[in-house]
Amino acid sequence: MRPEEKVLVIEANRTGMLYLRDFWNYRELFFTLAWRDIVVRYKQTIVGILWTILRPVATMSVFTVVFGKIAKLPSDAGVPYVLMVFAGMLPWQFISGTITTGSDALVGNQALISKVYFPRMIIPTARIIMALVEFLINAVIFAVLFAWFRYVPSWQIVFLPLFLFMGILLALGVTYFISSLNVKYRDFQYVVPFFVQFGLYVSPIGFSSSVVPEKWRLLYACNPVVGIVDGVRWCLFNSSLMAESVVSAAVISVAFFLFGIWFFRKMEYQFADFI
Amino acid sequence: MSDIAVRVENLGKKYIIGHRGGEYARFNEFLSGIGKNILRRLKNPLKPYDVSLELEDFWAVRNVSFELKKGDRLGIIGHNGSGKSTTLKMLSRITTPTEGRISMYGRVASLLEVGTGFHPELTGRENIYLNGSILGMTRSEIRKKFDEIVDFSGVEKFLDTPVKRYSSGMYVRLAFAVAAHLNPEIMVVDEVLSVGDAEFQKKCIGKMQDISSDSGKTILFVSHNLRAVQLLCNKGLLLNHGQMQHFGDMTETAGKYIEGREKFTQIPLDQRTDRKGTGELRFISCTIKSEDGKEAAFLPLGQGLTIELKIECTKETPVDPDVEVRIFSSGDLKVGSLNFRNSGYLPQFRKGINTVRFHLPKNPFYPDNYVINLFSSTNNLVADYITNAAVLKTIDGSFQNSDIISQSYRTSVALEYSVDVTHQ
Repeated sequence: MRPEEKVLVIEANRTGMLYLRDFWNYRELFFTLAWRDIVVRYKQTIVGILWTILRPVATMSVFTVVFGKIAKLPSDAGVPYVLMVFAGMLPWQFISGTITTGSDALVGNQALISKVYFPRMIIPTARIIMALVEFLINAVIFAVLFAWFRYVPSWQIVFLPLFLFMGILLALGVTYFISSLNVKYRDFQYVVPFFVQFGLYVSPIGFSSSVVPEKWRLLYACNPVVGIVDGVRWCLFNSSLMAESVVSAAVISVAFFLFGIWFFRKMEYQFADFI
Repeated sequence: MSDIAVRVENLGKKYIIGHRGGEYARFNEFLSGIGKNILRRLKNPLKPYDVSLELEDFWAVRNVSFELKKGDRLGIIGHNGSGKSTTLKMLSRITTPTEGRISMYGRVASLLEVGTGFHPELTGRENIYLNGSILGMTRSEIRKKFDEIVDFSGVEKFLDTPVKRYSSGMYVRLAFAVAAHLNPEIMVVDEVLSVGDAEFQKKCIGKMQDISSDSGKTILFVSHNLRAVQLLCNKGLLLNHGQMQHFGDMTETAGKYIEGREKFTQIPLDQRTDRKGTGELRFISCTIKSEDGKEAAFLPLGQGLTIELKIECTKETPVDPDVEVRIFSSGDLKVGSLNFRNSGYLPQFRKGINTVRFHLPKNPFYPDNYVINLFSSTNNLVADYITNAAVLKTIDGSFQNSDIISQSYRTSVALEYSVDVTHQ
């Protein structure tokens, strides 16, 4: 055998390292699929990519009016309510967007899965690119809002990537888990919207964590989104931040990410037989 | 050795068939399954749970081993359910084998379908990139071959139109153009490639022959169509019920396949269990009779022949009954069909045994072993369907008053015709 010749070995139990290498080899397909998802999403829409802006702005306005003006909930110290809501919307949209679009990614690509080989994890992972693009667009709007309110973010903004990274891990973990379960049990596509709706109200999106009574704080902190959203707000506004919620967010995100990968890999070999 | 392209050792794939059945399991069944399991354990904590009580192993493919040299073109053949598709899926990595190993030396591409991943909303241009990278081309490779692909497909005018507005012909041409420009050393191809009209099939097979002959590419081809396989392949792998029955020279393998197929016809029809349909019109027997009305082993060309079917009818008056006798040559080419619809005859069936006779005044089939598939339907539903139900062996005879038929004029079916020459 010539040394430069590529050998492909197919056998029953492939190791994780090989899988990782495969994932790398198929990186072009990863970006192609991400690009396809983005292009297809906005084809045959009138305002196209504007939807990305409209959705969070509309939600933000409703939350500001309902929670800020009607319910008169307090904002974090000295921060305009609109900014506080938007700081919550950003990570929430990113996480929930990835989970919503990612969970039916495998089922939506049945034709591919039953006809071509590639590391299946590419499909749900590629959906995060779409969420990232939307996130960046929203971040620009957010910057404009900051300028409008003449608000200067605090120096902790340098820690922002850390919390976003937690968000990515959490979103991917949940996506891997649900998308692979969805292949076998289609029920999960009905669970996700409910789950996302529910998450919106138990997470500090429309309100500040400071309105949560002291005795419920610990239970409240078990929701990893709390730590991530409060973390983002702390980075931008230097608002109060509970250590418990950050620790819980970090631990749960990493744990869910690892669990998601493990579960996905375990289910993966039978996707083509079940889909 | 450096000239080995593909080595398959002891390949096997096991499926576990649950008695639950159904393709889409539901989550509550999953939960109740866990519940039952816990209950069982509580009742009988010492006895381990025996999975084999509820689940059954099914080996779709087992003990398949072969080796291909560079430039070999392998045809994988076998009847339905023989494990061809499963083998193909393992070769193209869509499912993982349960045991054994496949080693492929070189760049591999598999093509189970033309236009995999084509998205209707995307334009032709976008789909070339999408489909190309799905099939394993890099972006720079696609860019390099882009003009060639467009030329080959002949859709350059519609390159920026979403493919959902393409005619089906344009769609297939574009899809095939991308596939034809893959440049792997080893190619795994499914027979679905040969869908489309006859002209397109010819183009596909022609292109495949080009691909395989020019640069010593290795091809693994799965097909029902024995003729296509024989045209294309030099090596054959015959599968039967998941077992490897033969591996070797293509002509030899094809011979084994035909032999095995004829073996089926030895089993009396009413004992055959490999049938499909509602059973409303069930074939009991199929006898082939010669001109003198006796059952005959060999039917001479040009003489009368009768195919007599005994059919059991389970309904008092079946709605819109039809019966079809499909005749295939040894090369698996459908050469004839006898049925009610085309004969314009509307039969009455009665409950019980009915006898149907198809009579051919002149046997048009040249010497060969023809295989007969039987098909019946009522109310447009398949009532009974048996493949390899009987074999029709024909021998030489006279057709059209000439005793000698020149070998060079042989086809499958003799035509009755007249000819005249006029001169002014």
